[in-house]
Amino acid sequence: MTREVPAVDEAALRSLVPAVIGILVHRGADFAAAEDAVQEGLLEALRGWGAKPPEDPKAWLVTVAWRKFLDAGRADASRRAREERVAAEPAAGPVADFDDTLQLYFLCAHPSLTPASAVALTLRALGGLTTRQIADAYLVPEATMGQRISRAKRTLAEVRFDAPGDAGTVARVLYLVFNEGYSGEVDLAAEAIRLTRELHARTDEPEVAGLLALMLLHHARRPARTRADGSIVALAEQDRRRWDTALIAEGVAILQQALAQDRLGEFQAQAAIAALHADAPRAEETDWVQIVEWYDELVRLTDSPIARLNRAVAVGEADGARAGLAALAELDPALPRYSAIAAYLHEHCGDTATAARLYAEAAAAAPNLAERDHLTRQAARINAEMRG
Amino acid sequence: MAKYLLLKHYRGAPEPVNNVPMDRWTPEEITDHIQFMRDFAARLRSTGEYVDGQALAPEGAWVRYDGEGRPPVTDGPFAETKDLIAGWMIIDVESYDRAVELAGELSAAPGAGGKPIHEWLEVRPFMAEPPTVTE
Repeated sequence: MTREVPAVDEAALRSLVPAVIGILVHRGADFAAAEDAVQEGLLEALRGWGAKPPEDPKAWLVTVAWRKFLDAGRADASRRAREERVAAEPAAGPVADFDDTLQLYFLCAHPSLTPASAVALTLRALGGLTTRQIADAYLVPEATMGQRISRAKRTLAEVRFDAPGDAGTVARVLYLVFNEGYSGEVDLAAEAIRLTRELHARTDEPEVAGLLALMLLHHARRPARTRADGSIVALAEQDRRRWDTALIAEGVAILQQALAQDRLGEFQAQAAIAALHADAPRAEETDWVQIVEWYDELVRLTDSPIARLNRAVAVGEADGARAGLAALAELDPALPRYSAIAAYLHEHCGDTATAARLYAEAAAAAPNLAERDHLTRQAARINAEMRG
Repeated sequence: MAKYLLLKHYRGAPEPVNNVPMDRWTPEEITDHIQFMRDFAARLRSTGEYVDGQALAPEGAWVRYDGEGRPPVTDGPFAETKDLIAGWMIIDVESYDRAVELAGELSAAPGAGGKPIHEWLEVRPFMAEPPTVTE
């Protein structure tokens, strides 16, 4: 695929987007129109800057986006009154730095939006991604993604830009960006980390710090998590020398500061579990007893069946596979990955025939190809061992 | 969000309620049916849930490898008993329940007498990407 203009520093340009939207809103544009105008300005910059970006890219983007906003207003008679009101505003010169980015985070993650709309709007207004890039990342047509974003903005039409928001809601949207998506041109995990860093710099909410720590600790394992062909390497089999120690150190430090605030939440608990894995130089040295304790916290905080399921795995490691199966027996067998976990625990109890059957069952129910292949290989390995 | 395939069959699905072949409809009924399908797709585009839709010709053949240096073997046309796919729509929706709701609306496309066909549609989930956080 050919890129339109390789010379533009796209990352630097994108990072300007939320601040420029904030400036347009302060000049009197409503959020929806401001966001559209800045997206158009961004596209013009990507097309037209080439090797010679302007001296002050932010001032350029403010000027162009403001002009786009006024042009759009001129075409729409119903907006004429507002146009006259805002046209009196000063023209763009050197731009004062006022930070409305936190408000923008709240707005784009507003509870009235569906999770998918909040994700799309956050990636565009805060991530500075184009509609096409977001559409590619979620494998839908650009027009479909454009409609999802327009609808989200219509839903927000009655929400004040300066309405109080909740950093916890924003954290859940950023977690979705990190955890769900396709591996395309845009690195969604890296984008989620960047956006969470920006949010973390603007709030002392410990769950935001917990989320950032969680992302960094998992991102640190990325080089070891999959083989070159995309197949999964289970945590116990990963080459831990390939884990990124700088990211781990940063994640642990951020987590410790968050925990010190003594306002525990699910992301901090999940990050604590990831930190305990990161702390073990070899899989056999993992502190599973402490991990079980953190799962107990996670279950208490979320009452999530998935947390209970993962807790059963940890119990299996801490107290033996039989204890793990006992913990599993209390849960609903219809839960996703239940049979995969049951297979693993049965194998460790020495019941290989049951394990092989359950791995095959788990493979048939796997929600993605990488997991299905991994589970099929597990079943095939045990079946081959049983044949001797 | 999760992607689902809505599959429409020429043959192989259970009998619909309003089971009159299309060539026995009035021309207006055919026009109305096609317009319904267009409107349905347009509405999904506007809700940001549409991914793709295609129709398939009923003719086709079985093809298989027949060994090194030999041309592939073909067999066909398909036997009357074969499950025969007529087309599909791919949607990207918030939940399985939403996919079922939309399939139900699509199945209400008008047929003979302008009455809903009540056609059986197959709803199949796509494989997703593996999540990053698994423990």
